[in-house]
Amino acid sequence: MDWLSMKQWSPYAVGVGIGILSWFTFLLSDKPIGCSTAFARTSGMIERLFRGSKAAEKPYYVKFAPTVDWEWMLVVGVIVGSFISAKLSGQFQIQWIPGKWSAALGSALLPRWLVALIGGIIMGFGARWAGGCTSGHGISGTLQLAVSSWLAAICFFIGGIATAMAIFTFLAV
Amino acid sequence: MFTHVYAQKGTQLVLGLMTGVIFGFLLQKGGVTNYDVIIGQLLLTDFTVIKIMLSAVITGMLGVHFLRSLGLAQLHPKPGSLGASVIGGLIFGVGFGMLGYCPGTVAGAVGQGYIDALFGGVAGTLIGAGIFAVLFPRLEASMLHKGDFGKLTLPRLLGVNPWMVVVPAAVALAALLLIFEKIGL
Repeated sequence: MDWLSMKQWSPYAVGVGIGILSWFTFLLSDKPIGCSTAFARTSGMIERLFRGSKAAEKPYYVKFAPTVDWEWMLVVGVIVGSFISAKLSGQFQIQWIPGKWSAALGSALLPRWLVALIGGIIMGFGARWAGGCTSGHGISGTLQLAVSSWLAAICFFIGGIATAMAIFTFLAV
Repeated sequence: MFTHVYAQKGTQLVLGLMTGVIFGFLLQKGGVTNYDVIIGQLLLTDFTVIKIMLSAVITGMLGVHFLRSLGLAQLHPKPGSLGASVIGGLIFGVGFGMLGYCPGTVAGAVGQGYIDALFGGVAGTLIGAGIFAVLFPRLEASMLHKGDFGKLTLPRLLGVNPWMVVVPAAVALAALLLIFEKIGL
């Protein structure tokens, strides 16, 4: 069982594995793999904690009810699965700043946290605007040959490449 | 064939969790729960992300369309429009480039102990989704349906049998992966 404790698998093995996993989600759950809707539901759950049932009346939360569903459990599972994999390979560690970031942009905590938070806000907002993320559009939508997903996935990378290059060019220390 | 399983709520929650555990395990083993690998893709120095995505798409596309041809699965293409897919996609990309994780890999990064993913990525993504919920009625009336094309798929757009697109697409994406390997990416 050495392969379970390997630090990294071939990207093709991982990709084929994800592809096969998607066969089973269509077959057994009638659902494509996706992640970002779960964040919208969670956001609604948090709002409901503070504002009560009024929050659930928002048109967006009528469309995506703030409840635990298949996809919400999937995102919880991703945390667990990654934890298991990282533990098996000895890669689990508390890390504040990623290596590539600190090498190019410095090891101060605040800039990384701020860029990550603002980036997260923009990404969460954009995922809902586009109706999906790198999983829901980028893998599950493109494999169904959906026009919306091919357009969105290409735009994810255009925006991402331009932004990452700008950050590593103009903010480099 | 499995339609009676779709309606079993408890079973589906367990299946969702199991799917997520395998998905998260694979993402971590692929290295894409690391900021360094994802940002390497966006800086075009490390092609791991694209290799994983394209091999998943080829495998998934062939299998899911096969299940569909057998009558064992249905497709669920998402609706879209130029206003939603293109503009939303570009906004997502800007955030993706800043954060260095996407909504799936950010959860995986939390699982392997990355603090920037938790307090930056997950917190931010939740706030961003909340802001969208506030603006949704106005955006729906203005931007989201500009250039609407609904739940269109490429085979329907071209008016052909899905396999007429699936096979050439699989060959083209596999060829792209081969080219990446040939030029050493």
